[in-house]
Amino acid sequence: MKRLQATILALLVTAAALALMYAKITRLGLPLLPNQLEQVWSVEAKIEFDASRHATVVDFDIPDKLGQYVRLDEYFISRGYGLNVGIRDHDRRAEWSTRQARGAQRLYYRLEAVPQSEDDPGEPSKHVPAPPNVPAYEEPLASAIQDTLGNVRDESANVFTFVSQTLVKLNAQAPNDNVMIIRNNLDRGSEAWVDRLIYVLAGASIPARRVRGVILEDRAANQHLTTWLEVHNGTRWEGFDPQTGNRGYPDNFLRWSVSDEPLLHIEGGRNVSVSFSVSRYAKSPTMVARARGVANDTFLASTMLYNLPVNTQNVYRVLLMVPFGALVVAFMRTIVGLPTLGTFMPILVAIAFRETELAWGIALFILITASGLSLRFYLERLQLLLVPRLCSVLVLVVLVMTIISLVSAKLGIDKGFSIALFPIVILTMVIERMSVIWEESGPGQALKEGMGSLSVAILGYLVMKNEHLTHLVFLFPESLLILLAVFILMGRYTGYRLMEVARFKDIVEAPSSDAKPHP
Amino acid sequence: MLSRIRKLKAAGVVGINNRNRGYIMPHNPRALYARVDDKVETKRLAIAAGIAVPELYGLIHAVREAKDFERMVEGHKDFVVKPAHGSGGKGILVITDRRRDMYIKGDGHALTAAEVQHHIENVLGGVYSLGGQPDQAIIEYRVKFDRVFEAVSYRGVPDIRVLVYRGVPAMAMLRLPTRSSDGRANLHQGAVGAGIDMLTGATTLAVCKNRRIEEHPDFGTPLGGLQIPGWPALLLLAARCHELAPLGYLGVDMVLDAELGPLILELNARPGLGIQIANGRGLRGVLNHIDAAAPLPTAPEARVAVMRAYYEGLTEAPVPL
Repeated sequence: MKRLQATILALLVTAAALALMYAKITRLGLPLLPNQLEQVWSVEAKIEFDASRHATVVDFDIPDKLGQYVRLDEYFISRGYGLNVGIRDHDRRAEWSTRQARGAQRLYYRLEAVPQSEDDPGEPSKHVPAPPNVPAYEEPLASAIQDTLGNVRDESANVFTFVSQTLVKLNAQAPNDNVMIIRNNLDRGSEAWVDRLIYVLAGASIPARRVRGVILEDRAANQHLTTWLEVHNGTRWEGFDPQTGNRGYPDNFLRWSVSDEPLLHIEGGRNVSVSFSVSRYAKSPTMVARARGVANDTFLASTMLYNLPVNTQNVYRVLLMVPFGALVVAFMRTIVGLPTLGTFMPILVAIAFRETELAWGIALFILITASGLSLRFYLERLQLLLVPRLCSVLVLVVLVMTIISLVSAKLGIDKGFSIALFPIVILTMVIERMSVIWEESGPGQALKEGMGSLSVAILGYLVMKNEHLTHLVFLFPESLLILLAVFILMGRYTGYRLMEVARFKDIVEAPSSDAKPHP
Repeated sequence: MLSRIRKLKAAGVVGINNRNRGYIMPHNPRALYARVDDKVETKRLAIAAGIAVPELYGLIHAVREAKDFERMVEGHKDFVVKPAHGSGGKGILVITDRRRDMYIKGDGHALTAAEVQHHIENVLGGVYSLGGQPDQAIIEYRVKFDRVFEAVSYRGVPDIRVLVYRGVPAMAMLRLPTRSSDGRANLHQGAVGAGIDMLTGATTLAVCKNRRIEEHPDFGTPLGGLQIPGWPALLLLAARCHELAPLGYLGVDMVLDAELGPLILELNARPGLGIQIANGRGLRGVLNHIDAAAPLPTAPEARVAVMRAYYEGLTEAPVPL
């Protein structure tokens, strides 16, 4: 019964951890391995103009929602200008201003974006736009629009096919007279053409809007924004190519803005130009996932340790690995049967090894323990009481550490300083226990247990230092639940310890011929 | 490796994990540990039950009382200092003689009163106690062991460990101090463990440092075939200890005093598994037999009979030397 209970508990705990990890991998795009880089798009808008020696205000439309992309970060580069970013009429705008500007001016806005991990079925528009009033068209435009829309209406089933048909008709190679009137010689790649389409669609009470966007293409310089048409069918917005009537958006279309306002408005400047350049580079995926999480504002994102201040994060990088050190100790003690001085002492020494690095760590550990032991043996002759004696050893441990640091400073070995990270209290206890074992069971046993602890510490260090593991646990702290399950199951292990198999050898096997006790 | 694991399983050898989870956890309620971990309490319970124990000369609670030990041992040429909460024979100081102002240790070293006092202070400070808790120091009668063991003991006191499972003596061994165990009868420290035939009370095999031996490592005297006097009485005494501390998995340490007969030295709530090597057989068989005999009789004599039934039914002798 208890066996079943423990197994079920272990399974449940593991399942919960795996479910959470799976959700994080799929929804936030967290990588299981470190150093997998994700492609990040960087879009830079360059605004150039000549200042007119007066107060200058540059009002620039900057992206808010990026369509199929998520904003990681943005940078405003503008020397000598004050910056104000805000939302005006549902539109995010940056306003640079300065009292005085002279000569050619250059302002930059840079955006970093990554694809959304899951395809969103369009922007979930909570806000349904009211159908526009039918404009009071003038003749002959009025009849041209009515005729055209009337023809299309007979051939279409819903709003989107209606819009699509209308656009095909208005972009026809061989336009009829009505279409010619509507076209009014507008350049069909321009913003004015999209505005015209919106005006025409208003005749059928269809809400439509103009969208600006950047087509992402690596190393594209001096790009301009692409204007697109978006139509609302009562539940969601859908994009349409204003020149062909095809539904959808161009590939790699990063939505810049959905505003009717001009992209850029400058007070006190001439010869204004805006150009966009696009580049792609690789970035650490954890940063990307973090931004995705913040952008989506999900529960999952709240479980990310990146929400903590950086130095706290670093603490957790170490802290989260401690249970893995404990795993080594638990394994070595319950499965292998290696004796250690104290249960958690090897873990604490292993943590110190993280800072000192292995070879130095071992050397320093042996140095401190050896000098502590020799003092302890001397103190034994003074016959001091236990606690003051322990404290005297502690003082010596601290002094030895200080001396090592000072000597290594003289010699220019900076590794010597890292000794300060050794857990002094734990070392003091190690020294005391070793000396008691030394007296009680002889130096052999004391050294054996000391070495046993040291080797478990080294093993723990190697596990705790493992980069993949650190990465994994930091991104998925819930994976510690799996460890909990391992401990629960290990706690119910009743098999032999490996050392016992050797210990009990003589019960089942004929003793060796010389039959002497082993040393 | 794997084949040896299989052999150990087949021989019914119990490992530490199995001992802890299968026997100690279910049968030894933690609340009762105090009765055996505190040797003063054990002594008190034993006296109340009419079981003989080494006489208590004095108990030292605090450092300022440490010097009183000289008053306590007045009139006694020899005595033993031990921690009330010690384990594994740690912290036991045996004084066998006195010469002028000096106290002579079991190994012949002479100590000053100040040195004995320092040892007592260490005991009080918790150096030898479980978990380093401050402790008390017991000063008691030194056992004058029976001459039968003289040829096989190096200095200290040989004792008899009986593993009592659910009140039934299950397995036993004679523990003999050696030079390398520093006169202590603890297998961990290098003492010899000699398996005892539960039916006859004669030693069978012997083990030292987990390896089978035939002769005492210091004297070269044979270790097999040694008859322990008054064996049925010792078994009964061991079974009765279950009433002192109803721990299902109990180690009872007894000594044979030349004048006073069998005495209970101490009880152990976590007896070790070396007894299996000393006897050349695993514990599982007898433990299963006892489990199958439940509900067990209340009379200690009847419980000993449960054990006898098991060993009489065994056809094969332990693995011979």
